[in-house]
Amino acid sequence: LGIGSIAGPAFAAPTGLTPNTLEEITNYNNYYEFGTGKEDPAENAHSLVTSPWSVEINGLVDRPGTYALEDILKGKDIEERIYRLRCVEAWSMVIPWNGFQLSALLDQVGVQSGAKYVAFETAFRPDEMVGVSRPVLDWPYREGLRLDEAMNPLTLMATGLYGKDLPAQNGAPLRLVVPWKYGFKSIKSIVRITLQEDQPFTSWKDANHREYGFYSNVNPTVDHPRWSQATERVIGAGLFGSRRETDMFNGYGDEVASMYSDLDLQKNY
Amino acid sequence: MALSLPLLPGVVADPVNRTLRKVPAWPLYILGAVPPVILFWAGVTGRLGVDPVKDMEHQMGEWGLWLLIAGLCVTPLRRYAGISLLKYRRALGLLAFFYILGHLLIWLVLDVQILSQIWADIVKRPYITVGMGAFVLMIPLAVTSNNRSIRRLGKTWRQLHKLVYATALLGSLHFILLVKGFQIEPYIYMGAILALLALRLPLTGKRRSLRTA
Repeated sequence: LGIGSIAGPAFAAPTGLTPNTLEEITNYNNYYEFGTGKEDPAENAHSLVTSPWSVEINGLVDRPGTYALEDILKGKDIEERIYRLRCVEAWSMVIPWNGFQLSALLDQVGVQSGAKYVAFETAFRPDEMVGVSRPVLDWPYREGLRLDEAMNPLTLMATGLYGKDLPAQNGAPLRLVVPWKYGFKSIKSIVRITLQEDQPFTSWKDANHREYGFYSNVNPTVDHPRWSQATERVIGAGLFGSRRETDMFNGYGDEVASMYSDLDLQKNY
Repeated sequence: MALSLPLLPGVVADPVNRTLRKVPAWPLYILGAVPPVILFWAGVTGRLGVDPVKDMEHQMGEWGLWLLIAGLCVTPLRRYAGISLLKYRRALGLLAFFYILGHLLIWLVLDVQILSQIWADIVKRPYITVGMGAFVLMIPLAVTSNNRSIRRLGKTWRQLHKLVYATALLGSLHFILLVKGFQIEPYIYMGAILALLALRLPLTGKRRSLRTA
């Protein structure tokens, strides 16, 4: 379903990004449900049953319910978006996603006027996920966005990469991609979406609120308490010369900075 | 456990010690040089996965910690099992030093690269401050790991080399501080080091007699 019908222009800023190889993208993952090592998800995620798949969409929506993946994909334009993914661990790679705008799905279910935030939840399946037996995080993995962030044209629901179905280790069959935020905001293997008035519970903020905020916008001027965010290692650049300066909002400032004009980004990291 | 101890010196330790007497320490230095060479070569030829720099950095750091732990095993093994690995301890310690030096150089040259950021990291990031402290404490130990220093420093040498306790503790703390979320592995290292240090506490009562056995 990743390839479906790839339509529309590649919508991506900054432009001219050279994607990492499929090998790199699928063998260097943070998906702690399958282990904390970067190569653990590639090794263990095959056990995740991704078909059939359904997503419960509830809360402040006109048409709540459990949606089969096929019904979610029906009528959606699957586009290619080449985005840089900047991890909070200060590395980055470039990924050619296939997917549709989250706004299209939210329009489909009808967001009610009281909704201010969107909460997301990853599948929690102890029988299929070897990593969840360890209390690394308070499972299931949860993330959230402000409604305007969720509706931003850059915000993608990815169903594939490189024109193929999303590999399990990359969050199959349906994951979020929010390119101006640290990678952990881009929640994988989504089973629940809730529109709500209050700021959602987010797993990493719960684990350590000093280190991981709700917003988690890529910001070279706000360091992680344990490491600098001013630069990032470029995955795939080889042994030497593999570091670049981190861009504000990961280079997507033109599209997203206006959403934060009233927000102190030093406090709301 | 205490019951089985008296058996060990005769049944296990004697043959082991007899064999070890024929095995010199110098091959350890050659053996120890092999993994970093293989690691670097694997990195250069693209066989270390997607992020070779981090892989090299982590492997060298982890091996350094293993070597420190191995060095800390020497005294308890002699005290409780009667097995003497004393002549290998210098090699273990020096190899640990060179592995940690390699770990540090990979971080400086291949990972961080930017001088101003290196200094900022050392001062501002607790896990790096702690790791750096552990390394600095190893320098006087490496410098005095030779027969001449042992003769010249006498009793002071023994006192000085107890700094390795602090190095090992700081090294494992460095590991605990750098992981994300709750992960068990660094705590296992810290626990092993604490246990090995606890085994050095003064002996009391019956166990003391083992020392002379």
